[in-house]
Amino acid sequence: MAAAFSSDAARALGGPNWLVDRRLAASEELAGVVWPTPADEIWRYSRIDELDLDRYHPATAPEVGEPGPEPAPGGGPVAAEAGERAGLVVVRNGRVVHHELDEQLVAKDVVVCGLATCEQADVAALLGSCSAASPDAFTVLHDAFLPGGAFVKVPAGVVVDKPIIVLHWSEGDGLATFPHTLVVAGESAEVTVLDRFGSPDIRGGSHLVDAVVEVIVGDNARVGYLSVQEHGPHTWHVALQRAHVGRDASLHSSAVALGGDYARLRSESLLAGDSGESDLMAVYFGDHTQMLDFRTLQDHDAPNTRSDLLFKGAVEDEAHSVYSGLIHLRKPARKALASQTNRNLVLTEGAGAESIPNLEIEANDVRCSHASAVGPIDEDQLYYLESRGVPPDEAERLIVLGFFDDVLDRLPVPTLARALRRTVVEKLEHRRG
Amino acid sequence: MSTLQIEGLRVAVGGHEILRGVDLELASGEVHALMGPNGSGKSTLAHALMGRSDYEIRGGHLRLDGEELLGLPTWQRAERGLFLAMQYPVEVPGVRAIDLLGVALRGRAASADAHGNGLDARLAAEAERLHVDAQFLARGVNVEFSGGEKKRAETLQLAVLEPKFAVLDEIDSGLDVDALRDVSRRIEAMTDENRLGVLAITHYARLLTELRPDRVHVLLGGRIVQSGGPELADTLERVGYEGLAAELGVEDLAVEAEAESDPFADPTLESNPFT
Repeated sequence: MAAAFSSDAARALGGPNWLVDRRLAASEELAGVVWPTPADEIWRYSRIDELDLDRYHPATAPEVGEPGPEPAPGGGPVAAEAGERAGLVVVRNGRVVHHELDEQLVAKDVVVCGLATCEQADVAALLGSCSAASPDAFTVLHDAFLPGGAFVKVPAGVVVDKPIIVLHWSEGDGLATFPHTLVVAGESAEVTVLDRFGSPDIRGGSHLVDAVVEVIVGDNARVGYLSVQEHGPHTWHVALQRAHVGRDASLHSSAVALGGDYARLRSESLLAGDSGESDLMAVYFGDHTQMLDFRTLQDHDAPNTRSDLLFKGAVEDEAHSVYSGLIHLRKPARKALASQTNRNLVLTEGAGAESIPNLEIEANDVRCSHASAVGPIDEDQLYYLESRGVPPDEAERLIVLGFFDDVLDRLPVPTLARALRRTVVEKLEHRRG
Repeated sequence: MSTLQIEGLRVAVGGHEILRGVDLELASGEVHALMGPNGSGKSTLAHALMGRSDYEIRGGHLRLDGEELLGLPTWQRAERGLFLAMQYPVEVPGVRAIDLLGVALRGRAASADAHGNGLDARLAAEAERLHVDAQFLARGVNVEFSGGEKKRAETLQLAVLEPKFAVLDEIDSGLDVDALRDVSRRIEAMTDENRLGVLAITHYARLLTELRPDRVHVLLGGRIVQSGGPELADTLERVGYEGLAAELGVEDLAVEAEAESDPFADPTLESNPFT
């Protein structure tokens, strides 16, 4: 392990005792972690061999900054784009610097605050309760240097009808940051959370973001979750997003990945209770030399559970994408329904996409399907639009936007669709100068 | 008054010459029917006129009001005023008619009609006229449309785009009687109101009872072997293509190999991975 990621550095980040102890335990574990290589199946096709941890150091307490009332960079307009909101958390370099919540929801005991500062009795027990079930080298590193992060808790029966927005802003050459969002929806609660990850363009520099998102969906609860990753072009982003879905509960989770140099998302949902449901969706668009890397798991561990997955991506220039997904129907998952679909548009010759869907079925009486496709824009579609007088570049724009439409049309935060479509168009247009 | 001249057009597909010198001239407001058996080169002509890229032009001319179109890409031919209603309209997920028509009409004076109605209103009015259910306008073009709905939708786009000339590639295939009447009447009205010139490709005379042609041409073996008035369609009904071929001494009725006769062979069968 790179020298900068020492237990002294982990201790120096401060915070409440339970959090310091948690970091130190992870730091000890870190010493024994075998760093992954592309030879590991779960890192196949990735660029993990290019990662040089010696280039980074964990953000120190002064770099992380103090909690305070001021909005972080990007907070204003970026938050405003998402439209009306019930609450806002601004996280800078992994630490919460600002949080706010609608007064009426405060009165209903909804919690929107920082993990390290909220003084909620149950936060220590809840933190890591999803991610610990799916550890890897990056989650251990994350836990060893976690300074805080966003905590959203909705008590049983409470409905939050506007989204709660979390902005994770990271900056600083050579810095490693560890953003965390923990969402807990109690029984029959309803909430939608938007996580937006961003960082500036560090020309000539590099930046590592090691993020963990945990979503606990209580029995009969409804949770919408949207993560939007719009990092600068020199940021490495490695994230685990894991949800545990209870009985009769439903999760609708979407991921939008547009930025970063190498950006990886493990998106996992565990259906732990009878009749739980999960919808995992994503759109991603890589350009220049980006690599966008997705590993998904639809883990059914209870009867009558349903999960659907739809990941759609495009790559252009020299960009590459990886989709590797597993549907795992465990023994208790009788009468489970599961599907996974991954479709990729490869817009230029130098770009490429891998798509590997997998099934593992131990249960009886289940229904399962998977589909995957990688290919260029359909020539017949282009010709059809051109035959109506649409120039080729406009036809490509219409087809790509249309391709993403079924995911962008169903975003848990619909107001964001317009801004995201604009980013897609900008990516298409950069190639034409 | 506009003219569309096809002169000595020779077209090969996959190295195989399908059209062996086609001559045809249309003027505004006229309806010409092009008839011929399967494989005679009808669809090849339609796509060659529109400029599909995998068609090799070996000779001849295509002029719209004197301007050569053969060197122009498809979208510029459309912009000049040529329209092709396809036999198998392609499904384009997530792209609604209004999206593509909005782009196609951008920069054209005609994006609002004479009454200043915007595209929305024009689409709605045409949909009503053609009995197209509004739900189809909200979907990606042709996505999960029935055969008849696709042809109504093609006609709707034709009506909104107001081209000078329209090539209708078997617009009558897959249509029931009601749809055939709606589509034919709308096109006939355009020939009057907009002076639209029409080249209607069909192998059935049925369409021609609705859409009354001024001229009928017979395509056999990659050439137009006979042209005449509407009565030629009746003759064909009576003697058939083989009878006519025998009369004229044409030996090779079909020039298109089965696979090439329709490079668009039902696109819904060759599953599009991006739906």
